[in-house]
Amino acid sequence: MQQIFLFLYRLRALILFLVLELLAVGIVFTHNSPQGAVFFNSSNKLTGSVLSVKTDFMSYFSLYSVNQSLAEKNASLLNRLDELSPVRDSSELKIDSTLANSFEFWSARVINNSIHQSQNYLTLNKGSLHGIKEGMGVFNEQGVIGRVKGTSNHFSSVISLLHTDLLISSKIKDTEVIGSTKWDGRKSDEAKLLYVPRHVEVVPGQEIVTSGYNAVFPEGISIGKIKEANPGNETNYLDITVSLSADFSKLNFVYLVENDLREELDSLETESMNPQR
Amino acid sequence: MSAGKIFKYSFSFIVYFLVQIFILKDLVLFGYAFCFLYAFFILSLPHEIPTIPLMLIGFFMGLLIDLFYDSLGMHAASAVFLGFIRNPWIKVNTPTGGYDDNVPPTFLNMGIGWFVFYSLPLLLLHHLLFFYIDSLGTELYLPLVIRVVSSTAFTFIVGTIVQAVFYKKERVI
Repeated sequence: MQQIFLFLYRLRALILFLVLELLAVGIVFTHNSPQGAVFFNSSNKLTGSVLSVKTDFMSYFSLYSVNQSLAEKNASLLNRLDELSPVRDSSELKIDSTLANSFEFWSARVINNSIHQSQNYLTLNKGSLHGIKEGMGVFNEQGVIGRVKGTSNHFSSVISLLHTDLLISSKIKDTEVIGSTKWDGRKSDEAKLLYVPRHVEVVPGQEIVTSGYNAVFPEGISIGKIKEANPGNETNYLDITVSLSADFSKLNFVYLVENDLREELDSLETESMNPQR
Repeated sequence: MSAGKIFKYSFSFIVYFLVQIFILKDLVLFGYAFCFLYAFFILSLPHEIPTIPLMLIGFFMGLLIDLFYDSLGMHAASAVFLGFIRNPWIKVNTPTGGYDDNVPPTFLNMGIGWFVFYSLPLLLLHHLLFFYIDSLGTELYLPLVIRVVSSTAFTFIVGTIVQAVFYKKERVI
């Protein structure tokens, strides 16, 4: 018996090594699943407040480009307002108000961002106290950014579009062909458009926007432009490369969107897919 | 180890950590070369420190950095590995006449030849483990190799400069 203890004692460094490695790798896998615990990441309180101090300081250097992009967004919103304001002399069509107002918007600031890792996350300076919830869509004036993974009281953690597990339901704007946008882990300004069948004619330069089918994003938010399209190697689908419209290296202010009717839509769809339940 | 030494190394722990998360986190050359300078904190600890405390220090350091990189567990895993293999590697590299006590294994104390042979392989393994874990889930091997090699070179150059500028020569001859 003593021999065994002596033996284990001599191997104590190796045993501790294995324990720590298993612990670390265990955390890697629980953290990287798209629905992981949020406590131990950059959206917890301590990390979040350190990061927001850093962002406060660093943001002075990007004031010019931030102002410019906010001005652009303002301009496009003013245009929309103009289009939507009712013209007095035409007949009015009443839209069902529950459907018309089904999307709610928030704005937030990015306080932590990475683009060079294989799985990238962002941290925003608003959390559950401000009304941010899991699963909300995140975008800015350029295009789609990602989806909220989890929230703490004051911060929230977002799976960036540059994460190989995030699929965004999208369509080609001109032809209404649907597919899914997914990052392939290569460049921070390119992604792939999946599940577009081979018979579809695809031209480089066509715009990709959100489809609105999965009810996370409203329809028509820009994702990117088709860069090139090749017939895929083995599959029945085209291999389409999309150059993303959002510049992930310069994120500052983002908008969050929630579909109030999402739960209803989701539960209806699950029910109709599994009718026996 | 004296209280002064402990204070000194705790202070340098904090400095390495702050530099890593505030400055080096945003500094990625060409989208490939990362600088994981904190590895040099573990490499430049005195060689008398046994493996077990070294691994615990590495785990703690790695986990703190992971919080800010949003890469939970990856830096911890690779820093623990670095702590585990450092002391055996120091033993392999024992110069003739052995090591002097109280002389940390840094560039100025040990000379450039010994230092390159000591730190480059350890950094390479540390970076390889980190980027390997990072690349799980994608099947890209060429970017992995480019990242490992360029980041090792980048970290090594920055680390050597830091040691030449901020560390004192302690060897008495």
